[in-house]
Amino acid sequence: MSDITSAEPIDSRDAGRLALLAEFWRYFSENRGAVIGLCFFSLIVLLAVFADLIAPYGPTEQFRDAFLAPPVWQEGGDWRFILGTDAVGRDMLSRLIYGSRFSLFVGVIVVSLSLFVGIIIGMIAGYAGGWLDTAVMRVMDIILAFPSLLLALALVAILGPSLINAMIAIAIVQQPHYVRLTRAAVMGEKSKDYVTAARVAGVRPLRLMFITILPNCLSPLIVQAALSFSTAILDAAALGFLGMGAQPPTPEWGTMLAEAREFILRAWWVVTFPGVAILLTVLAINLMGDGLRDALDPKLRRS
Amino acid sequence: MFFYLLRRLGLLIPTFFGVTIAAFSFIRLLPGDPVLLMAGERGLTPERHAALMRQFGFDRPLWQQFLDYVGGILQGDLGNSLVTKNPVLQEFFALFPATLELSLAAIVFASVLGVTAGVIAAVRRGSWFDQTVMGTALVGYSMPIFWWGLLLIILFSGILGWTPVSGRMSLMYFFPEVTGFMLIDSLLSGQDGAFISALSHLILPTIVLGTIPLAVVARQTRSAMLEVLGEDYVRTARAKGLAPARIIGIHALRNALVPVITTIGLQVGVLLGGAILTETIFSWPGIGKWMVDSIFRRDYPAVQGGLLLIAAIVMTVNLLVDLLYGLVNPKIRHTGG
Amino acid sequence: MKTKALILSALMGTALMAGAAQSKTFVYCSEGSPEGFDPALYTAGTTFDASSRQVYNRLVEFKRGTTTIAPALAESWSVSDDGLEYTFKLRKGVKFHSTDFFTPTRDFNADDVVFSFKRQLDKNHPWHEYTAGTSWEYFNGMSMPSLLKDVVKVDDYTVKFILTRPEAPMIANLAMDFASILSKEYADKLAAAGKKEDLNQKPVGTGPFKFVAYQKDAVIRYKANENYWKGKAAIDDLIFAITPDASVRHQRLKANECQLNPYPNPADLEAIRKDPDLKLMEQEGLNVGYLAYNTLMPPFDNVKVRKALNMAINKQAILDAVFQGAGKIAKNPIPPTIWSYNDEIKDDPYDPVAARKMLEEAGVKGLKMKIWAMPVQRPYNPNARRMAELIQADFKKVGVDAEIVSYEWGEYLKRSKAKDRDGAVLLGWTGDNGDPDNFLAVLLGCDAVGGSNRAQWCNKEFDDLIKKAKVISDMGERTKLYKQAQVVFKREAPWATIAHSVVFKAMRKNVKNFKIDPFGGHVFYGVDIE
Repeated sequence: MSDITSAEPIDSRDAGRLALLAEFWRYFSENRGAVIGLCFFSLIVLLAVFADLIAPYGPTEQFRDAFLAPPVWQEGGDWRFILGTDAVGRDMLSRLIYGSRFSLFVGVIVVSLSLFVGIIIGMIAGYAGGWLDTAVMRVMDIILAFPSLLLALALVAILGPSLINAMIAIAIVQQPHYVRLTRAAVMGEKSKDYVTAARVAGVRPLRLMFITILPNCLSPLIVQAALSFSTAILDAAALGFLGMGAQPPTPEWGTMLAEAREFILRAWWVVTFPGVAILLTVLAINLMGDGLRDALDPKLRRS
Repeated sequence: MFFYLLRRLGLLIPTFFGVTIAAFSFIRLLPGDPVLLMAGERGLTPERHAALMRQFGFDRPLWQQFLDYVGGILQGDLGNSLVTKNPVLQEFFALFPATLELSLAAIVFASVLGVTAGVIAAVRRGSWFDQTVMGTALVGYSMPIFWWGLLLIILFSGILGWTPVSGRMSLMYFFPEVTGFMLIDSLLSGQDGAFISALSHLILPTIVLGTIPLAVVARQTRSAMLEVLGEDYVRTARAKGLAPARIIGIHALRNALVPVITTIGLQVGVLLGGAILTETIFSWPGIGKWMVDSIFRRDYPAVQGGLLLIAAIVMTVNLLVDLLYGLVNPKIRHTGG
Repeated sequence: MKTKALILSALMGTALMAGAAQSKTFVYCSEGSPEGFDPALYTAGTTFDASSRQVYNRLVEFKRGTTTIAPALAESWSVSDDGLEYTFKLRKGVKFHSTDFFTPTRDFNADDVVFSFKRQLDKNHPWHEYTAGTSWEYFNGMSMPSLLKDVVKVDDYTVKFILTRPEAPMIANLAMDFASILSKEYADKLAAAGKKEDLNQKPVGTGPFKFVAYQKDAVIRYKANENYWKGKAAIDDLIFAITPDASVRHQRLKANECQLNPYPNPADLEAIRKDPDLKLMEQEGLNVGYLAYNTLMPPFDNVKVRKALNMAINKQAILDAVFQGAGKIAKNPIPPTIWSYNDEIKDDPYDPVAARKMLEEAGVKGLKMKIWAMPVQRPYNPNARRMAELIQADFKKVGVDAEIVSYEWGEYLKRSKAKDRDGAVLLGWTGDNGDPDNFLAVLLGCDAVGGSNRAQWCNKEFDDLIKKAKVISDMGERTKLYKQAQVVFKREAPWATIAHSVVFKAMRKNVKNFKIDPFGGHVFYGVDIE
């Protein structure tokens, strides 16, 4: 790979990529929603990264003198706890800030896991064809035959309820989408001239698959990744809500909601805020995803 | 068409067999011992434990349990629930109408509202209406529905008192179950107000379960319409001076609906997943809640049978959607898996 | 099923209520679905509430709201001198329910009693395994198969129970739910029709309420038995509205969709007290929640360490945050409602400074431990997770690093029994019969080590005291011994005793004569609405 002749072409390829990137950004920034989404998402990332500095208290720090204190603007509110406290006197604001870490973590891990494994499996199935392809696709059909949340629930029940296991389960459930996409793209590209040429030139299958074909199938995968980033966050929160995701006292938003359910009438803030946090985060990611799709796939561009 | 159908069915059989294996092995992999769970804090003597394990057949080799299970399925026997001792099939079909009624209501809600909004948005592309619809749709699409349900309960049942808190029917009414659909049964009963009661119980769960499909359908309809509106024959029709309503109603909508129908069909899996959450929040006596409870109770036969039946339903609906798609649009014949 | 007339009810609002002396409907927001309607097959209170406590009678029964036994289907009984034969004289003229699926042709008699017990006892009885997976759990759990030799019909209204050994609590056992009396005539009819499983789905009994219909996971309907031998119930229609979610139950109660909520959320108690339409009944529960150290593992084999940790726990904070006030701090391993409760014992004070010092004295530094938190909600511990979090924070203040672990419930129960278990376990116990032995021997006796004695604690002094108290019959003497045993327990501190829950029942103001059952059941005969 590091032979001398390739030094020059890489440079020009980089330049080409830069141009592509610039074009991509031009389209992306035209989309007002996408930019708002990006800004909000960056804010969440900052919150997550600097949670230790921003959050007024630790996520599990208990204030025994303030169980279920309401938010400041409500009667009985306390400036120490801007968004109030939960049942064991933990500051809601701090927990929400720390919670952003878990949601982003879930999104990143699930997407990378399913993207990585999905691409490999889809590549092999699409490239190899034959019985291997059939077998792989049947397994994917089996996974798709179950409603994804139900399957994830059953998987977590097997693995034991925890955030890590919830992520693994969600990654497995999302797998088939990546496999199918990659496989379809590979099958489409496989017969094209440049692949045939490369094969005739004696390029080995692995290199052919990952270096030659893969870069040309990336767009749909990126769009899918953006989509499943938000789905992963929602599913993890749903599992947490059903008691099968992150376990308390982890300040994961879905888990916080599950814990807060009994206070639905007495302390609205412990129920409302985690939900708002989930909604806004997912919304921001979906806005970005839309922008991403439009920018990557001019055919689908909307006004 | 016939061969296409045959091939699709041929593909279903190995998949279904795989589903059977998956459902069977999921349950065996669950940690925890159903017998111990039944005994609770009081515990059991080891002898009694062994006797119960033997009675339920859990002490036999796995392959033997599996063969028995498959044998049972072929005879329409999914075993008996460990908790209620009733046949799983009977349990499932006692609850299934509730889930079906809710899902159908959600589908109708999502399709009618979604298609209408999507079409108008596409026609008035770029208008404030378009932007509002698309913005709302994106919010709906991003909604954690379990939280959404709680909010609606607080607002409509708690504060405003407009809708009942939970359940399918006011307890005042009692009539025989004919179809299992409360809306229909209440009409058949001829009792005053029963239908209204059934309807008012259905509203909130329908909205909650229908939210995500609604968003998906609205978005899909809009983009399908935009695509069709941009095509030559529509432009030609316009140029020929056909009335806009006619163009949209006859030419564009018919073609745009093909992908929309597929989208709606594919929401079935999403709906059954969403039913788990919706039913939990509204105490709706359906299979979603039953599955969650069974998983928590380690009710092996119930979970196993439930997974199998649900997968069968999803597969059947997907097949039907595929066929419908092929029927509506003969140009498209799927190749491969 | 056949069509039933519209049930007018209190639900329809006061206007209608005032207008007519209508039939009275009582709606109970039950917390879960019954597993079935044959109480002998199950062990859950929810199932008993829906079956044995409304539909069936037993030979003898607990008086409502007490632990006292009274005659029921048996008018009298006698015990032979060797304590091996119990002869019951049965009540005459008791009728089984007439329903749309069964009409009895004869009164209750000895055949029904023999049938109800022999089906559980006799392995060859045609009803011994009448649906797949039938198991007589309580019957087995009470060791009846080895205790009961036979049940014999002497004449139509006399039945004899023959035992293999004398057993003092035999009469009390027969008041339990598994001993409910079913109709043999009904069973015969079902067998002839090939519908044996209906015995568990459409119950026929002699009790105050007749079963009408069950809509799975939604509603159970009953009608008052107009021929009930104690007189017809005050309410005409009894409806169980199955509502597993506590906040939904509360909402329904507030909307008058039901009149009684058996398990209100601690968080809602304040609101219920303030609501002019609702009232709250409370009673101390027959239970204890505890944190059991593994006394076989260092450093928890050291009394000083255990004492120090006990002093580090802020129980008041737990009561506030976990029980929301619906509990009492526990200092003894038995609840205050049980006789022989030693009120002179002083609880370990909450004193983190002293606790830290004591740990240092014991030579324990930088201790790391595990706290096990149950995955389920129990009366004695409404939220073990939250409790564990609070204890974790308390321990941190005295320099102990605690990690919270949890397992699936069945696994939790199994693993927590192990003698080499790592960590302290949160668990609890609800009494079966109100005897101190049911707590002290079961939970702390030497015989229970490796089993229900989660502290793995075997103390000779304590064990001798409770063993001695079990065999003597003099109440005063027993009380003394048990009180002494509690002193030993407190000194040795195998557990941190956390709390006894208080049982709350929330109901509409117009509900009359409801009584809290000490065993946790819900009996609606005798209840009225105004």
